[in-house]
Amino acid sequence: MLNSNNPTDRFIYHFNPEETTITMQTKNLEVYYGKTLAMQHADIQFKQNTITALIGPSGSGKSTFLRSLNRMNDDVATVKGQILYQGVDINQPKIDVYEVRRRIGMVFQRPNPFAKSIYGNITFALERRGIHDKRVLDEVVEKTLKQAAVWDQVKDNLHKSALSLSGGQAQRVCIARALAVQPDVLLLDEPASALDPVSTQQLEQTLRELKQDYTIIIVTHNMQQAARLSDYTVFFNLGEAIEYNKTRKVFTRPKIELTDDYVSGNFG
Amino acid sequence: MNRTQKQSRTAILILRLIAGLVVLILAFLIGYIFITGLPNVSWRFLTSPAKAFTAGGGIGIQLFNSIYLLILAMLISLPIALGASIYLNEYAKDNWFTSTIRTAIEILSSLPSVVVGLFGFLLFVIQFNYGFSIISGALTLTIFNLPLLTRNIEEALAGVSDDQRQGGLGLGLSKYETIIHIVVPAALPGIISGIILCSGRVFGEAAALIYTAGQSAPALNFGDWNPFNIDSPLSPLRPAETLAVHIWKINSEGIMPDLTKVSSGAAAVLVLAILIFNLSARYIGRKVFEKMTSVN
Repeated sequence: MLNSNNPTDRFIYHFNPEETTITMQTKNLEVYYGKTLAMQHADIQFKQNTITALIGPSGSGKSTFLRSLNRMNDDVATVKGQILYQGVDINQPKIDVYEVRRRIGMVFQRPNPFAKSIYGNITFALERRGIHDKRVLDEVVEKTLKQAAVWDQVKDNLHKSALSLSGGQAQRVCIARALAVQPDVLLLDEPASALDPVSTQQLEQTLRELKQDYTIIIVTHNMQQAARLSDYTVFFNLGEAIEYNKTRKVFTRPKIELTDDYVSGNFG
Repeated sequence: MNRTQKQSRTAILILRLIAGLVVLILAFLIGYIFITGLPNVSWRFLTSPAKAFTAGGGIGIQLFNSIYLLILAMLISLPIALGASIYLNEYAKDNWFTSTIRTAIEILSSLPSVVVGLFGFLLFVIQFNYGFSIISGALTLTIFNLPLLTRNIEEALAGVSDDQRQGGLGLGLSKYETIIHIVVPAALPGIISGIILCSGRVFGEAAALIYTAGQSAPALNFGDWNPFNIDSPLSPLRPAETLAVHIWKINSEGIMPDLTKVSSGAAAVLVLAILIFNLSARYIGRKVFEKMTSVN
């Protein structure tokens, strides 16, 4: 592993908490797969209503980091350190992990609609939480599908199977599904990697609009995507956060040479 | 043509012949059974009771018994198999306990059915005092059926992409909710195929039933559907010779004059039923999947 204990090998931007609302923050996070340390040195603050991109080569720990944020790594890995969400450390056994995941929603790499109708996909988690009022559910379905910018395409077929949707539409329905439980934070793990360029562009537009209401953290392999979509960027390498700054700065004037190499395409 | 090409061609030819031979054996068997059997099959044959000493007996009661036993055995084994396969595929860690369960299932599935039948005889018929009865037969068939059904359902569950599980957990649902409401429905086409395939096997089983469900088919009163009356078709405590047992029985000790006709007719019906089970399994599974993914 890269020896980056030397602080000059790393640049992590810190907000002034007096001026900025921090939605999430990680402190001394370490993730182990078995006994292998897979990720460390990533003290990142996520500012409310922004899009933060996590970039880096394969195996750099960015997905591991993302999945730790809503404790999706619970059965897979050991996560040490603090994950503060609205000031509360959610990386503790006594915290209700289901409530964590409701507030910190996740959208995955491959669109994964359930074998249910489009309507059923969106209302499913609500129904499991005891909400059966059809008027409420109808409203949620319409609102979230509009937020995910797919309402016009599916509104006449809400009761057809979600498995029949195209990749782009399915991914938007998955976003709507995540929004239905009213999260604050949306984690996206390479959400566009299985989509064609047109669907990708539409998805990015949707995310730009969603950031008015949500704090968005997105893992992407695509540096152009990070550059045009995000406000802040974290560059990961070999299981560590190397540079965290405003996206513009990361891509135009990176502070760390490794970042420069990566964003200019010299490795990765 | 060089030596390698020649070798390769000969090998392919031989393999094709062997594969063809398998198909030929099956075709010959089925053809023989149908040609000798189907002419004896009529509506009357399918609905009238068997006769022990005179010609003109049918297989009505045996056919009903086979279907009833199949349904009962499936009703008992499906919840158990579903529970076992969910545990094995979704929860079980890779440790000695899990591997013990898997080995047990493996061994159970390779036990000869006559051994399972004798075990059922000792346990259900004698020990539990259920006698030669539908319930003894159904419980024995459950033992016989459980390993294969569990494995089939487990395969169907394993075929569901992990993305589905992640999706459920990501919405803040518990693992149990995710499995019951997302994974199992997604595996439904495979589960249904598995159930139908197992049904075919259970329907044709004879050895496990000879000493459990019994070898006699007392007359049934089809006007009485109260399961607590002993001559009701639904009574679980009456003896119930099935179609497969009937074929074995009349061939070993039958004395009716039209023995061969009854036997070949019954065999044709049995084989036809099993063929339908097997051929419909994939088809119905696919249809269910199409319905789940359909545009309407």
